[in-house]
Amino acid sequence: MKTAPPTSAGPQTHPQADPWAEEEFTSLGRRERVWRQLKRSRLALPGGLTVLLFIVVALLAPVLAPFDPYKNDLANALSPPSAAHLFGTDELGRDILSRVIHGAKLSLLEGLVSVVLAMLIGVPLGVISAYAGGKTDTILMRLVDILLAFPGVLLAVVIISILGPSLINAMIAVGVYTVPMFARLARGSTLAVKEEPYIEACRATGMGHFRILNRHIFPNISAHLFVLATLRVAIAILTAASLSFLGLGAQPPAPEWGAMLANGRNYILIAPHLVVFPGLAIIFLVLGLNLFQDGLRLALDPRTAER
Amino acid sequence: MLNFTLKRLLYMIPVVLGVSVAVFLMIHLIPGDPAQLVAGMEASKEDVESVRETLGLNQPLHVQYFRFISRAAGGDFGTSFRTGRGVMEEIGVRYLNTLQLGLAAILVAVILGVGTGIVSAVKKYSLFDNLALLVSLIGVSMPTFFLGLTLMLLFSVYLDLFPLAGKGSWLHLILPAVTLGTPSAAVVSRMTRSSLVEVLDQDYIRTARAKGLKETVVINSHALRNALIPVVTVTGLQLGYLLGGAVVVETVFAWPGIGRLVIQSILARDFPVIQAAVLILAVTFVLLNLLTDLLYGLLDPRIDLQ
Repeated sequence: MKTAPPTSAGPQTHPQADPWAEEEFTSLGRRERVWRQLKRSRLALPGGLTVLLFIVVALLAPVLAPFDPYKNDLANALSPPSAAHLFGTDELGRDILSRVIHGAKLSLLEGLVSVVLAMLIGVPLGVISAYAGGKTDTILMRLVDILLAFPGVLLAVVIISILGPSLINAMIAVGVYTVPMFARLARGSTLAVKEEPYIEACRATGMGHFRILNRHIFPNISAHLFVLATLRVAIAILTAASLSFLGLGAQPPAPEWGAMLANGRNYILIAPHLVVFPGLAIIFLVLGLNLFQDGLRLALDPRTAER
Repeated sequence: MLNFTLKRLLYMIPVVLGVSVAVFLMIHLIPGDPAQLVAGMEASKEDVESVRETLGLNQPLHVQYFRFISRAAGGDFGTSFRTGRGVMEEIGVRYLNTLQLGLAAILVAVILGVGTGIVSAVKKYSLFDNLALLVSLIGVSMPTFFLGLTLMLLFSVYLDLFPLAGKGSWLHLILPAVTLGTPSAAVVSRMTRSSLVEVLDQDYIRTARAKGLKETVVINSHALRNALIPVVTVTGLQLGYLLGGAVVVETVFAWPGIGRLVIQSILARDFPVIQAAVLILAVTFVLLNLLTDLLYGLLDPRIDLQ
């Protein structure tokens, strides 16, 4: 299965002659190798560019947005897309294009903040669990199992019910909901690395635990963690948008895509554009992240390539 | 097999207890005085104290927990703050409605997912395969509430084929089930494809072909039986996740399930209902995962369950 040598995975993924097998043993740096593989994946680059576009839009939102995203204009309420308002206006006459543009910042923040939070808690938890082993491992992993016993988004919903609905609390909730995934991956990867001869060598030279973890284990598992992080950012954006849609995340009048959809739902019969544009924005951003993630996964670990 | 089942059941106990502690502590983790919370913000001091007395909130935490868990074991979760009715009365039918929706959704996921997965694997790199990849990528990238609203707009408003929302005839079930099942269909489809592609590469498949069997026989009776084993696991896990996803889809389609009840209760700060609903959903999820594991062992005798 996953033990197939790279030679068998390579040619099937890319029918043309594939120099990957030799590449593994050449002096090419890891970074360059990854980059080459990424360029070869047909979908990773468009995915990455889409994400980049959203980041640029988010950063330049005040410049790019043609209108103030909060400014009411009741005379122009619920007007369909036109030359003046490309995406139309909502029930208060606010420009939807401007709101979608400003919303990019909120959605990217939701994804980043919650995943960084999840990594900050989950990765040390998993690494320590695997490195320490024994009772510590059992106790920590039972705690993770308890978090995993809440189906899907329900854990995030429970946390919101304690903290109260708000954008920040939604980020915290999605972060905690994502902790188990990082804890499990960090634990699994550490278990694999821990038994390598070079770690034993470190220990033999009398190196301290912290230094071994920090200098030798962490760098070796970081590629896996990075791939998981890109995937989880996509899922976190979807989850946070769902929470906002349910009224548990960003509150009006914030131009958050999920919250915009929840509001637009009330006017769906007369003005479907209130729902369509924020919805498409979520899909494109998340699709971009997923495509990029897929290419990155193959590039960093060609052996797990799907045939 | 019996040994494994018992072991897994025993393993479940600490997890379920942990969940019950977390659910119990919820009401104490909320900033502020729980007695005040139950009595209402405008309640007088005497009222708050009498609530504290009747609910036992003045007792030590572990005593309160044992009270909570022994009552919960008997199905008594108190009364809803919002409606004043018994919590289990509120949850009962809604729980069944959610299970109904979940099962319908998993049916959608299996039919769509396994179907497209098989065609994709057999016709690898064909136009269909590439299209299926694209559609499943969009499927996992689309928020369910957007898919739900889009389907509602298309099929209920414009084409007038299905009722808009709510629960009634079986027609009411179709759109919510498709909405909830689509992301899972994408996952099942990818899993079926990669698993079947791997199996089709095996020696015994070459042998089957070499002895002149028809391709349909090779696929149906030799390849699929083995390829579908991991698909069963994925499907089982998805069924659990659908319980969580139901929270969103039920809200979109006004489906009277337990997920929508949770959201309404959170917005109304109706904690007894939240506690009971969350506990019931989590226990259901843990049980479903156990069933999936057991089924996996039954389907594949090669797996050593010890």
